Amino acid sequence: MPISENDVTRVARLARLRVTEAEIPQYQAGLDGILDLVAQLHESVTDDIEPMAHPQDISLRLREDQVTEDDERDLFQECAPAVESGLYLVPRVIE
Amino acid sequence: MLHLLSLKALRERLQKREVSSVELTKHFIDRIARFSDLNAFISVDEEGALAGAENADKRLNKKESGNLTGIPIAHKDIFCTKRLRTTCGSKMLSGFTAPYDATVVERLANAGCVTIGKTNMDEFAMGSSNETSFFGNVKNPWHTSRVPGGSSGGSAASVAARLIPAATGTDTGGSIRQPAAFCGLTGLKPSYGRVSRYGMIAFASSLDQGGPLTRSAEDSAIMFNAMGGFDPKDSTSIERPVPSVNELLDLDLRGLRLGLPTEFFDSSVDTAVLGSVREALQILEKRGAQLVDVSLPNSAAGIPCYYVIAPAEASSNLSRFDGVRFGHRSEQADSLLDLYECSRAEGFGEEVKRRILIGTYVLSAGYYDAYYLKAQKIRRVISDDFKKAFEKCDVIVGPTTPSTAFKIGEKTQDPVSMYLNDIFTNTVNLAGLPSLSLPVGLDGAGLPIGMQLIGRFMDETSLIGTAHQFQLETDWHERCPEDFS
Repeated sequence: MPISENDVTRVARLARLRVTEAEIPQYQAGLDGILDLVAQLHESVTDDIEPMAHPQDISLRLREDQVTEDDERDLFQECAPAVESGLYLVPRVIE
Repeated sequence: MLHLLSLKALRERLQKREVSSVELTKHFIDRIARFSDLNAFISVDEEGALAGAENADKRLNKKESGNLTGIPIAHKDIFCTKRLRTTCGSKMLSGFTAPYDATVVERLANAGCVTIGKTNMDEFAMGSSNETSFFGNVKNPWHTSRVPGGSSGGSAASVAARLIPAATGTDTGGSIRQPAAFCGLTGLKPSYGRVSRYGMIAFASSLDQGGPLTRSAEDSAIMFNAMGGFDPKDSTSIERPVPSVNELLDLDLRGLRLGLPTEFFDSSVDTAVLGSVREALQILEKRGAQLVDVSLPNSAAGIPCYYVIAPAEASSNLSRFDGVRFGHRSEQADSLLDLYECSRAEGFGEEVKRRILIGTYVLSAGYYDAYYLKAQKIRRVISDDFKKAFEKCDVIVGPTTPSTAFKIGEKTQDPVSMYLNDIFTNTVNLAGLPSLSLPVGLDGAGLPIGMQLIGRFMDETSLIGTAHQFQLETDWHERCPEDFS
């Protein structure tokens, strides 16, 4: 099933990626090529097979509920593109 | 000829004080500058490296040194470093300096290594040729019109050209082993959970694993021993100690069963590659290993399975790049949605965007079951194939790649042909197994040929040990590309 222009636009929106009109054919072709490649998946019979999400069949470790980290807001905000008074700046969302 | 020495030989010279760490560090910094045309490095930290070397010399003088004290190394630019920017080969992070060191960086520093710089790589480790890097492609020192492989292409090229004695890499679908094969190196992808992923920028979290790129198995053992082991900061880290260097190297090949999967020795592989792998197998057989036929019947499904799972995980992991907390921020944006969409469109390169889009597609409503869930089921089938094969053998052996290094630009227009490079490597990541590539010959054009060893979960010992026994009898790992000796 080939990918349509609408599919590219829909997926780009979901992925929060701006794709211009001019770029659509190029991504359409790219995605089509990959989906062709992965279409072989449908040839395998996988009834009664449990999906494998991860190489380790173990449950995650638990730790004591104790504070282990200091507050390092200033350090972590040093690499942010725009901060003011300890807050991350974004375009206005509420008028 | 300091740059031709092994890690063990360097350690001996340093400990006997025949050479200082400062001299050694300067020597490698000079070589990096002299061969900058390879484009193997993104950042070089001359000041920090020399300060580290002076400190190492003080410890060496007081005889306080560890296994790697005073030895310069380089990190793939995917490992976070406090001192140096960490770009992951992307415009998105071209101005990013991490607030902390990755566990791998910290452990190698504690072992005494001097970090000289950060090596070039495919953007966010997505590529098999180092051509997707925002910082330009890397050249293969064996033939500068060829790719070094990827995504750890800068690490491989710099170790092969003797610009650094050893380097770190990461492997999600073959990104340590394929460049090791293309550059004539020994590259180890440890078992999933062996080496901490803390501070290693995530591509596909259930597949990613860090490991060393070195010239020999002996060097690999020294690096792996220093990098690996339990880390409470990584929730998937395994609580078992790494074997000692001697345990990793002292393997008796007598009685070791090497499994040859029929699927890895087919007509799609170059005859020169198959020829060299078969010759290497004869050498191992002479030393007492037994060759047995095995089958991995679903290995052809590895590529489609991988190219659903890896992009799906990547699309989720890379959602953190939003132009707000770190990384590139668009100046075009008037609304919050614009800020997200434009920052990501401007910051990511084409291959990364393609993988984010395909990953988002296979996870989206209506397609999840047909693609993502289906791929997870095939992942189980592939993993079970390995389990069955390991009932008949101890190590699985085959070529690392179907061909030797291809030409720069040869596959950039066709992403799918690039993906097929991973055909023998990515099933190993799906199953979480350890695997190693070692050099076993040169083809007619003088390009290195790699042989892949795959082990049972947590059995790096059989891989490094087998490679070491092979290297005791052969000198492929000592071959140096012309112009770099």
